[in-house]
Formats: sequence, C-alpha cells, structure tokens
Amino acid sequence: MNSIDKELLIKMYMNMVKIRRFEEKANELFLNGEIPGFVHLYIGEEAIATGVMFNLNTDDYITSTHRGHGHTISKGAELKPMMAEIMGKKTGYCHGKGGSMHIADFKVGMLGANGVVGGGFAIATGAALAAKLRGSKQVAVCFFGDGASNRGTFHESLNMASAWRLPVIFVCENNQYASTTPYRTTTSVENIADRAIGYSIPGVVANGNDVFDVYEVAKAAVERAREGGGPTLIEAKTYRIKGHFVGDPEMYRTKEEVNEHFENDDPIKNFKSQVLRRGELTDEEMDDIDKRVADEIKEAVEYGRKSPYPEPEEIYDDLYV
Amino acid sequence: MTRELTFAQAISEAQAQAMEDDEKVFLMGEDVGVYGGIFGTDVGLYEKFGPERVIDTPISESAFIGAATGAAIDGLRPIVELMFVDFFGVAMDQIYNHMAKNTYMSGGNVHVPVVLRTAMGGGYGDAAQHSQILYSIFAHVPGLKVVVPSTPYDAKGLLLSAVKDDNPVMFFEHKLLCGLDWLPFGVKGPVPEERYYLPIGKADIKREGKDVTIVTASLMVHRSLDAAKILEKEGISAEIVDLRSLVPLDKETILNSVKKTKRLLIVDEDYLSYGMSGEIAAIVAENALYYLDAPIKRLALPDVPIPFSKPMEDYVLPNSQKIAQAVRELMKSE
Ligand SMILES: Cc1ncc(C[n+]2csc(CCOP(=O)(O)OP(=O)(O)O)c2C)c(N)n1
Ligand SMILES: [Mg+2]
Repeated sequence: MNSIDKELLIKMYMNMVKIRRFEEKANELFLNGEIPGFVHLYIGEEAIATGVMFNLNTDDYITSTHRGHGHTISKGAELKPMMAEIMGKKTGYCHGKGGSMHIADFKVGMLGANGVVGGGFAIATGAALAAKLRGSKQVAVCFFGDGASNRGTFHESLNMASAWRLPVIFVCENNQYASTTPYRTTTSVENIADRAIGYSIPGVVANGNDVFDVYEVAKAAVERAREGGGPTLIEAKTYRIKGHFVGDPEMYRTKEEVNEHFENDDPIKNFKSQVLRRGELTDEEMDDIDKRVADEIKEAVEYGRKSPYPEPEEIYDDLYV
Repeated sequence: MTRELTFAQAISEAQAQAMEDDEKVFLMGEDVGVYGGIFGTDVGLYEKFGPERVIDTPISESAFIGAATGAAIDGLRPIVELMFVDFFGVAMDQIYNHMAKNTYMSGGNVHVPVVLRTAMGGGYGDAAQHSQILYSIFAHVPGLKVVVPSTPYDAKGLLLSAVKDDNPVMFFEHKLLCGLDWLPFGVKGPVPEERYYLPIGKADIKREGKDVTIVTASLMVHRSLDAAKILEKEGISAEIVDLRSLVPLDKETILNSVKKTKRLLIVDEDYLSYGMSGEIAAIVAENALYYLDAPIKRLALPDVPIPFSKPMEDYVLPNSQKIAQAVRELMKSE
C-alpha cells in the first residue's frame, strides 16, 4: 500500500463516512416526508466511488446513476446544495428541478445522476471523445449497475470507445440486484468484466468492498486511459445493503442474507480493520473524522431546511438557454 | 360476484384470467415475477403460472419488447411491461417501426397481438424522467391501439379485450390510480369476479351534465369529477367524457356531448402542444364548430419537463381547482 499516504487515507475514510452519514440522513428525511419522490441509497457501496475518485482530478468527468449521491460527494460536490436539491429547494444544485435522480455538479465534472438506467454510457463516452479531440489529458468514468450492463447502450458504447481508443473507464457496481431481480437470473455472464473480451479491452474484477483494491485497479485503468491506451471495464463486486429504494418492502430476499453481508463485509469496517492492523490510523483519528462529518451533515440539513422552495413560475426558466 | 378492487388488483386479475383462458398468453417485464410488478399489477401471477409464463427480463427493453413482437408473429399472445412509459425511448424503434407497422407492411399477412402495458403519470415528486404521460406520442403513430383506463372496472374489462385483440395495444396505467400505500391517491371500485370484455374505442360518460363538456382520460377523470362537484355548488353542470382509448377515438360520443352542452374543456395531463388536447380540439372544430357558444379551452401540462420540487410540480399538473377555474372562464366567454 505504499502508494497511499496518510493524508490520502484520511481523505478516503472521511469520504466513505460522509457518504454513509449522508445516506442515513437521506433515508430518515425521506421517511419523514422531507424528501419527495424516490431515493436510492448507496450504503454498502461507498468503497467504489471512493476508490475510483481519488484517482481523478477535478476536471475529469464522471457520469452517475439513479443511485448517485455517493458519486456526487466523491467527485467533490458540496453537501449543502446536495441536501437542498434532494429536498427540492431553490438553493439546490439544480434549483429544485432535478432532485435525487438528476443531481449534477458540472463545476466538478459530475455530469449528472440519471433516472434512465444505462443513460450514462454514451454521455461518458462523449465526454471522453471531447477530451481526446481537444487533446487534453482528461478522462471520463461511467458508473453503472449490474442491471445496466444489459442495456444496449452498454454494448454500443464499449464498442465505440474501444474502436476509437477513448479515455473512458466503465465501472460496474455489481451489487447483486437490479431492483428486485438477482442479476444472475437475467445476465449471460458470471462476471460482467468478462464482457470486456468482446470489445478487446481489459476487464478487471475488483473487490468493491475493499477501497484499497478498487483504488489500485482504478489507478491502472486511469493511467492507461490518460496515456492513450483506451478504455477499461472494471467490475467492482459489492452488495446492496438497503432496499432498491427507500420504502422497498424487499420481499425478494431475506434479512439474514442482508445481515450476513453487512456484518461481515461492510466496506467501512473493512477499511478500519485494515488501517488499524497496519497501524496507519488510530481509532481516535477516525473518531475525530466521524465528528467532523456529523457536524457537516447537520449543517447541510439545516441549510436545506432553511432554504426556500423555488417560485412556481420558475418552471419556465432553463428550458432553453 | 362483484367486490371492490384497487386499480392494480383489477389488472392482476385480468392478466390471471387471460392466462387461464389461453395458454398462448404470457407476461414479461422487469420485476414482474416474484415481486409482482413494481406497481402491484402482476401480483400472484408468478406463483400461479410459474417462470415459464411470467418472465423477469433483464433491463433490455429494446430486446424484450422486440421479442414480444417476434413471439406474437410466431403465434403467441404476449403481454409485455415497460416499467415507466418514460423509458419508451430506449425501445421506440421496436415499438413504432416494428410492432406498429408489421401488419400493414406485410399487406395484412401477419398479426401482432401484443399488449404493451406501461405505467405513467406524475404527482409524487418523481421528476422529469419518471412522471410523464406521453400517450399522445403512441396515438400519433399509425398501427397501435392506445387504451387509457380510469377505473378498476374499466381496467379489467379493457385489458381482457386488449389481450383478445389481434392488434398491438398500448395499455396505460396511471401510477396514482394503482392504490399502493407508498403512492398518493389510488382508486378502488366494484369489479365483477367473472370475465367481461369492454369494447376498445368506446368512450364512457362518467358524469352527465348540460352546461359544459369535459373531455379527459385516466387520472384526470377523477380530478374532473372532483371539479364537477365544486362547480355543481356554483350552479354549473359539467358532463365528463372519459375517452378510455385514444385510438380508436370515439368521436361520436365527444361530438354528441359537445353538441348538447355547447362548451368544451379538454383536460390532459400530457404536454399541451401537438398532443391529445389539440387533436380533440381539432376534431370538434372540424365537426361541431357552429354548435359552440364559446371557444374551445384546453388545460394541459405546460410545455416544460416535469420539475422535481413540489411547488413547481403542483404548478404544472392539472388539478380539480384548475379545472373548475377553467370551466368558470369558459362559462363567461361567449
Ligand atoms: C431504461 C430503464 N429501465 C428500467 C428502469 C427502472 N429501474 C430503475 S433502477 C433499476 C435497476 C437497476 O439495477 P442496476 O443497474 O443493477 O443498478 P442498482 O439499482 O443495483 O444500483 C431499474 C430496473 C429505468 N430507470 N430505466
Ligand atoms: Mg445492481
């Protein structure tokens, strides 16, 4: 682990905890009626966004999914306008027009969550095309689910990105389920990474609950893309701890199955036990981070609550420039 | 025997009966199996008919909707579910270039008896990619029938007819009608246990009135019924025409009602421009203009994507207050 210094360890831990606490809060606020619509939580998948994102620069691009809070936080978005957006407030990133499934912060290269599964493949590919045409060293990362790997846009985009050697990294978050359907029942391959062979690009499986493994795998892929080597398909294996959306009755799996994963393979616990064992961070250091994150979340919620709703007439703004 | 069912239960029951009656009928879509459909419209089917006839699909709408066309050409009668109509874009070629046109292009040599069921509508904060109506887009394309039920009774009778129809039928289920505890509104109503078949292409007058005709469909029928109650207290008697299908369109019922009341409001939860409301207005203008005492009025979604935030979403969606107000304005104008 020599490529990871203490400063980065602290940032990684803080990022994962930030996502976890943000999502727990979003869950609570949704049940409280303060967040409308649908909310899809990233709990249990924090290591993936974190491990990938610390290989990126602010001017690199990502596309996200309906389960996008973790990606958004990791790319460097601020919690206050995020919280305000999912509460439908005027001060939110999208002035209340987007909500959880459409949150975006273009300033930090976060090109948008997406309500249409598989909507991000082509957009990330296009951002990478632009980077290549402009001759910049930027890369684009497309996050997507196991279910999304069955969309036509996955296959079309991987082919095009490979044929054109674009600087794009496709990161599959295989959390075992597409909504209520176990991915194995609808998917032709055991490992989604195996599909890379059809597009002549590297396909790598990472342990999605181990931030260090994700970090190293993503590092190689990002370097390759930056140097003109073309795309990589990464499959980060993980497990969706919460329901598909907040309120999902989850009749399709047992509590035991969920607990088994959460108790034995929680990415945050995994991180802690590794850094403690290696003597890289102390409990006190991590407790201190926990407190800072808790304060930040609290401030974000207050900000969201205090912020005004948009005026109804604002519906006509932003349709065209 | 007749009991009260929710809209979603009526759809589950219609599908079960269609599958019992004809082994060529099967269902496929995302999460239709063990889960019973995201909106509770496929409950009990997997348990009863098994994975061969109730098929959970990958998130490959283009492939599985296209496969429904293929299976129909090969003699089966698929029911296929598109989870939200908003996602039609990823499969539209299969729908409008293949499913809709095969019968015609083959000179009538092939039938495509597919029922494509889909959920539509907003009003619960699901934003721009999960709240649309979009039925007018499908009504615009020749070759598809477009069914838009508003009650559990109509849903069952129309769905049973749709499965027996030898044409591709798009069947639109408004999410707020379904009657799930995590969605607002929901309708419950009397539904006979036995099979019955409602004709596709017959509108239904959900309320008789003499001063104004409100032509509408799906959830907006209920919003219009509420508006009619408000208006009644003000001495205005509204007649409500529930289209039940956009294609075929029951022009006769619309025109007869307008000729009687001499005033027309069209209420549409779809976008205003180039849609259902414009089509009805054109038909009435072409066929009954001189019967009208006032210009035709339309209440529909303004031409913007559906915003997330509640005050903005409330502002774009038609509701009973806005309908009542539109009728008041209509009564004033000559
Ligand atoms: C094109 C399309 N089809 C279906 C849906 C409905 N839907 C939303 S999320 C989801 C499951 C996605 O599964 P996966 O890609 O594995 O992502 P996860 O939710 O597990 O993160 C489905 C079917 C959609 N939003 N878009
Ligand atoms: Mg998944």
